[in-house]
Amino acid sequence: MSQESNQIGKLDWISVGLYALFVLLGWMSIYSAVYNPEAPLWIFDEAFYTSNAGRQLIWIGTSLVLIMLIFALDFRFFESFAVFIYAAFILALIAVPFLGVTINGSHSWFKLGGITIQPAEFAKTATALLLAKYLNDPQVNLTKWMNQWRSALIIALPMVLIIGSNETGSALVFASFIILLYREGLPGEYPGLLIALIVLFVSSLLLSPLTIFISLLVLASLFVIILPIYQRRLPQTYIRIAGVIAIVMSLSTIVDWVVNHILKEHQRNRIKVLLDPSFDTRGLGYQVTQSKIAIGSGGFWGKGYLGGTQTKFDFVPEQSTDFIFCTIGEEFGFVGVMSVIVLFLYFLWRLLYLADQQRSRFARAYGFGVVGILFFHFLVNIGMTIGLMPIMGIPLPFFSYGGSSLWSFTILLFIFLKLDAHRSDMLSR
Amino acid sequence: MPEGRRIIIFLFFLLIGLIFIGKMFYLQMFDSSYEKAADNNAIRKIIQVPFRGEVYDRFGKLIVYNTPVYDLYITPRKAIVKDTNRFCALFGITKGRFDTLTKEAWAYSRVKPSLFLKHLSKEDFAKIQDALVDYPGFSISTTAFRTYQSKALSNALGYVAEINTNSLSDQKDDYYRQGDYVGISGLEAFYEEALRGQRGVKYRMVNSNGVEKGEYRHGDLDVSSVAGQNLFTSVDIRLQEYADSLMMHKVGSVVAIEPSTGEILSMVSAPSYDPSLLAGRNFSKYYQILALDPLKPLINRPPSAYYRPGSTFKIVQALVGLQLGILTPGSVFTHAGAPVKCHVHNTSHNDLHNAIQWSCNPYFYHAFRKILYDNTQGDTFERSAQGLQRWSELVANFGFGRKLGVDLGNEKKGNLPDVEYYNKVYKGENTWKFSNIYSLSIGEGELVVSPLKMANFAAIIANKGWYIPPHLVKGVGEKKTIDPFYKTPVSVGIDAKHFNVVHEGMRDAVLQGTVGREGKIPDIVMCGKTGTSQNQKGKDHSVFIAFAPKDNPKIAIAVFVENAGFGGFAAAPIASLIIEKYLKGRVDRKDIETKFMNMSYLANVTYNRRIVKKDSLKR
Repeated sequence: MSQESNQIGKLDWISVGLYALFVLLGWMSIYSAVYNPEAPLWIFDEAFYTSNAGRQLIWIGTSLVLIMLIFALDFRFFESFAVFIYAAFILALIAVPFLGVTINGSHSWFKLGGITIQPAEFAKTATALLLAKYLNDPQVNLTKWMNQWRSALIIALPMVLIIGSNETGSALVFASFIILLYREGLPGEYPGLLIALIVLFVSSLLLSPLTIFISLLVLASLFVIILPIYQRRLPQTYIRIAGVIAIVMSLSTIVDWVVNHILKEHQRNRIKVLLDPSFDTRGLGYQVTQSKIAIGSGGFWGKGYLGGTQTKFDFVPEQSTDFIFCTIGEEFGFVGVMSVIVLFLYFLWRLLYLADQQRSRFARAYGFGVVGILFFHFLVNIGMTIGLMPIMGIPLPFFSYGGSSLWSFTILLFIFLKLDAHRSDMLSR
Repeated sequence: MPEGRRIIIFLFFLLIGLIFIGKMFYLQMFDSSYEKAADNNAIRKIIQVPFRGEVYDRFGKLIVYNTPVYDLYITPRKAIVKDTNRFCALFGITKGRFDTLTKEAWAYSRVKPSLFLKHLSKEDFAKIQDALVDYPGFSISTTAFRTYQSKALSNALGYVAEINTNSLSDQKDDYYRQGDYVGISGLEAFYEEALRGQRGVKYRMVNSNGVEKGEYRHGDLDVSSVAGQNLFTSVDIRLQEYADSLMMHKVGSVVAIEPSTGEILSMVSAPSYDPSLLAGRNFSKYYQILALDPLKPLINRPPSAYYRPGSTFKIVQALVGLQLGILTPGSVFTHAGAPVKCHVHNTSHNDLHNAIQWSCNPYFYHAFRKILYDNTQGDTFERSAQGLQRWSELVANFGFGRKLGVDLGNEKKGNLPDVEYYNKVYKGENTWKFSNIYSLSIGEGELVVSPLKMANFAAIIANKGWYIPPHLVKGVGEKKTIDPFYKTPVSVGIDAKHFNVVHEGMRDAVLQGTVGREGKIPDIVMCGKTGTSQNQKGKDHSVFIAFAPKDNPKIAIAVFVENAGFGGFAAAPIASLIIEKYLKGRVDRKDIETKFMNMSYLANVTYNRRIVKKDSLKR
């Protein structure tokens, strides 16, 4: 009993408070999106619970139950059962093409009684747990080739299964584990290379090969001029530069080829929309155009709560789920979006700080996994509403409408907060 | 190193956050186009165009009203046409046309209605009304065409048409939009603001499917529409139709005025056109045809056509001479010494009465010379200038050489030559004298008048020295408001007593003078004066001014018939028939009526007339 109260006392209330605030803001935005000034519904109306806002209220309530369940479990449960949890979700992912149902054109849902669950949403948590458990072994050193491969395998398995069920967006979330691995000792070259590849990918789509070639030459000559080291052994430098340029050029050719031949039509179009804002604004570019209109029309102070016209009148598709940020942008303006961005960054900072406070490597690694996943959603979701990211079915954590999404993020976060509350009970290894 | 990596990771987060905030700043604070785009999305402007005002005649008979026509709109996203063939058959369009229209609508907007079929008649509408239920996404919007009870007043009424691009960009108060109808000419243009009323605007919020979602800003920006005001004209539409029928197969004008009020009873421009041709869906087609017609049926001649007044102007000379005290009713001039010819008439006692009765050219030659030279000093050049100065000041009072201010847009000034004018023509002061300008004496030379001016002149004679500016509309709207300008008498500066001899002369001109048998009305005391207007090409124009009855005149009239010769031949009989019709309500002289209704002078009509500078004198 004393341990119970102790545990509540050690709970990080800052994180819990921010979580509650995000959920509340999200619900308010969902309510605003369905709000009809001529027939306002209130929570005591029965019809309210057939609307998104009403259902989200149910999801929020059930999330509280989930939180209590997590806190009722022994903190050692997550480490001990990580392998089983992971295995269970891998099986679920394998089973979903055969046993699942189709919702919103995505054949990736399980129907259990009245509720539907998307296993891909929960597979992230399971992967984070297993990865943390694997790294908990003091023998594991991420500078070693073998350990890098095994970690990659843990991440790749669910990823491949999710890609198999056509959820490329959800699969890309797993790339965020690079943050976890980087914190746990993965050499900096890996994330560096990843970023370099992304830059190369984008620039080879945006720029002509000749432009890339010339800018590479300019960059190289700058290097040679600025850094005297390279001037000492000129022949070798030339060979190196030539090599790098050759690799970059061939990679960019491959990118072009991949985009034009490997990617599916809808994926190619999403990239086109991203690169050219005026591309087919009535059709493929409609979502981004409308999203930017909604946010852009908010101005500095916004149109006031419930005062938005773009989000309320369905001009922005998926406005309660993937495009919920539009409602905030339209109704609360620049002040609102800036506050949300700042608060979210503070939330991430808080979690990073807590993770580094952990004595056990399991809890710390898991914490960085949580931060990585949350950040990836933040990056892609807000990025796509303002046309900086391609459109993927990626919700904004805690804000977006949807049971699976809210539950999975709640579980993801509160497992970490549970572990954090038991930080002193854990053995440091 | 571990602590450091956390910082590196967070710095990366921070960078992304800053990029987002930067982009937000650009979208929300910098680029205002998104606000407009948002309004364009969610706020629908609903325009209510009120019906245009109707037009009535002086007895309250309806002349112009509106017939609703129906425009079919399509909202592509909602439009479902399962059986295209049936649809096309119903609306009377081809499959290809259907595809083109649908494609155009899609290109405009998926959710906003765009025009599909224009100007469906009441009958078409009745046919499709019930079937429309089966075609969601199609809606009807009502507009109206001008409809005319009478075909006789087209030129004075003018017409209504879609506003053109130039007027659209030139407008001052930014009222009109593309596709709006606007009065182009005649009364429709002059009274445009009263007739059109005020367009109403409602702002409604709509969702992405175009479904209305309530008032925008609680309707604070809404403007309710104001119906167009009716016009109550002074025209007697029966008289107008009668005059119009007499002017068939002729080129010319008729203007009849009620002298006591300045109200225009009839204004005929011949040739005319059927006004309904320019009021329907075939506007462009008929406009092309009418605009290219060499007889120019679209022009409203009475206020704008240029003629010389001819002998009708002799009355002006008489009145000016009398007012200056240079002439008296007893002044006598013979034919001798005049370069102008005269036809045979009794000259034994050629006084002013006799001269008016027989339209004596030499008399007015001598009289005008006296008007210029009497009581003036210096050589003949100087005396001519002094004389013409005082002459032109008096003549200007009659409205010659300036606008009378009729309520039509196309009134022309005409020309009244004065000293300045001749100094310019002859290039210098004292370079001209009476012998250069004597053709003015009989209404030729550089004088230019319009039929409207001559009708007003007839009214001045009838009133013995004053007029009220002629006008077609006696009241606008429910309250029948009118500009005080059209209520205020204007004096011409000639004493009333001087008109007696003129009236007597004009009476005898009708009874046993220049007018002839066909211009006489047995039971009406009409006074008149013929004129023969010279023109460079072709036969003379026939001119006649008159008023009746002699005591307490009810109607003053001017008739111009182009290329019909001497004033007594065509203009006088036509004028007499119109006066008879107006005063008696019927015409007893059926033979004359039939003759002039069927008479055509078109064979003599020459196109592209210009004003003649050189002149040879005739009557």
